[in-house]
Amino acid sequence: MKHTIEKVKSPIKPGEYFLMGDEASADGAIAAGCNFFAGYPITPASEIMVRMVHRLRETDGSFIQMEDEIGSICAMIGASWAGSKAMTATSGPGLSLMMEGLGYAAITEAPIVIVDVQRAGPATGQATRPGSGDVFQVKYGSHGDYEIIALSPWSVQEVFDLTLEAFNLAEAYRVPVFVLADESVGHLRERVIVPEEVERWNRPFASGAPPFDTDDPNGIPSMPAFGQGEHLLVTGSTHDGKGYRKTQDAATHEKLVKRLVGKIRNAADEISRCETYQTDDADILIVAYGFSARASLDAISEFRSKGVKVGLFRPVTLWPFPEKGLLETARGVKHIVVPEMNYGQVSREVERILHREITALPQVDGEGMRPGTIVDGIEQLIGRAK
Amino acid sequence: MSQSLYNHLRLNVFPTPYCPGCGHGILLGAVIRAMDDAGIDWEKTLFVSGIGCAAWIPSPHLMVDTLHTLHGRPIAYATGAKIANPDLNVIVVSGDGDLSAIGGNHLIHAARRDLGITVICANNRIYGMTGGQAAPTTPCGATTQTTPWGDEERPFDLCNLVRGAGGKFVARHTVFQIRNLIKTLSTALSTDGFSFVEALSPCPTHYGKLNKIPTLGDFQDLMKVQYIDKRRWDKLTPEDRKEKIPTGIWREE
Ligand SMILES: Cc1ncc(C[n+]2csc(CCOP(=O)(O)OP(=O)(O)O)c2C)c(N)n1
Ligand code: SF4
Ligand SMILES: [Mg+2]
Repeated sequence: MKHTIEKVKSPIKPGEYFLMGDEASADGAIAAGCNFFAGYPITPASEIMVRMVHRLRETDGSFIQMEDEIGSICAMIGASWAGSKAMTATSGPGLSLMMEGLGYAAITEAPIVIVDVQRAGPATGQATRPGSGDVFQVKYGSHGDYEIIALSPWSVQEVFDLTLEAFNLAEAYRVPVFVLADESVGHLRERVIVPEEVERWNRPFASGAPPFDTDDPNGIPSMPAFGQGEHLLVTGSTHDGKGYRKTQDAATHEKLVKRLVGKIRNAADEISRCETYQTDDADILIVAYGFSARASLDAISEFRSKGVKVGLFRPVTLWPFPEKGLLETARGVKHIVVPEMNYGQVSREVERILHREITALPQVDGEGMRPGTIVDGIEQLIGRAK
Repeated sequence: MSQSLYNHLRLNVFPTPYCPGCGHGILLGAVIRAMDDAGIDWEKTLFVSGIGCAAWIPSPHLMVDTLHTLHGRPIAYATGAKIANPDLNVIVVSGDGDLSAIGGNHLIHAARRDLGITVICANNRIYGMTGGQAAPTTPCGATTQTTPWGDEERPFDLCNLVRGAGGKFVARHTVFQIRNLIKTLSTALSTDGFSFVEALSPCPTHYGKLNKIPTLGDFQDLMKVQYIDKRRWDKLTPEDRKEKIPTGIWREE
């Protein structure tokens, strides 16, 4: 089924602000109509939670500080099924605790938004330092087959915009959506414009329609809420269209898994987004996201001033990955480099999509991506090619 | 079955999956009667459960909104649903393992918060669904799959635990004391704030078989000797208490 769209006046006073990324995330959520937050404090995401306490008071929403992140994701799913637009904000260790709940949200098709302000891991790692080590975890961290959507902001404005978009996508596709920020963007202060009007998407609903199956080829069923007299059966076990557990039936399981995965994979072109900078004539293509994409711009201008044609491909959605855009942009390019604040995650995805040799430029020292890392990497590459 | 039971059951899912002599089916009936006795609006009620035999009590048997969640997490889900929509009557029904082992943290925090929900723990003192392993409620010396020479650990007294954590209404009955159980459940459902009812429910298949209490009748006989009213138990010497299990009300505010 199709979601509904409404245009509303922004609940956050329109205008120009100077905000931290984390604060912009909270404001983007409120603009999107978020009315429930459950979370547990963790650096570098706590500022989101702290701002939500106040914002939800102003907008009559609900806030709860849970006893841990397992509780946070479960509370969000409960709230989502009670009709709320629910959110949490966390970082690596908290994200790891949420993995079982993530699968539950995926199989019950509960719209939820998780803002993950990534820090350097594994384990406690460096709590105050940035990283991008959670890209694979959000996609593959829970057991079984499922799909999610993940967005990657590279500026404070984009943290606002993408948090808003995350809610809309979660509602439209009935799927968990991640905002994969990192500490560098989360704690960065920049100008943010809050628009006069915002577009909100709301989950599809038709009274009496099965909540877990649909004839619509988009694969998205109606989502009722508790208390509407629908006698809902919501379960994390394999279920049929009405929610009855079918834990021994092969056909039901296959149909459910294929629909859960298919509703996102089949819409990948609709959902995925990317941006390109100076790629028309590029010999060398940098594929970078989040803070690393910012550092890439400096590297590009340095090379361009020396006549080396370097361009940037920036996936805005990491999942689904903008495969078509990458294939088109990479055509005719001599070298591909992928700088990341992890030991090689998106680089593998790029390799998989392009079926060609690429150069990964991992920077795993717990610091924000330096233009120097990219410049050195590209210079070595040019040196080798000579 | 009385007419009111029929009204609230999904008859298409019967018979229940429970083994002969399992106490969980008795608790299902008691919950329905208590709902009606307390005059709770079924259409504004959400039943939440975790994973285990006990978690199947509401889902899918009850004709009402149900949320069958993850092992140990029903209270966390219930917390979100209740806070998002305070008009919902939110009732958790789950097992002793679910609520006090893997989910113990959520239990004490919901009690501490005085969250306005009712938690009903079907306590068979063992992990039924996974084949009879020890639970935090397994009595000292009891045999389970994972304590073949007798459990050496001390069990939780769940009512003491929840009272200590701040529960407003806290009580325990066995499924054999059916009138008391229904009355207690009905009081819990009418309580403003966090209420907790522990319903001792036999698992003949695992607990019974491993501890030489093979049938429901044997459980009932044992119960007559073991369980005593809490007010009488309070007056016993520590030595006399050893063989007894108190039932009754721990706190009523
Ligand atoms: C995270 C997780 N760990 C383990 C299990 C396996 N498991 C399913 S039910 C159960 C125990 C249930 O015991 P209890 O809650 O006492 O319910 P009963 O079956 O005894 O009624 C366990 C350990 C699971 N489903 N999820
Ligand atoms: S295993 Fe035990 S708890 Fe589970 S249905 Fe059978 S008797 Fe009941
Ligand atoms: Mg049990």
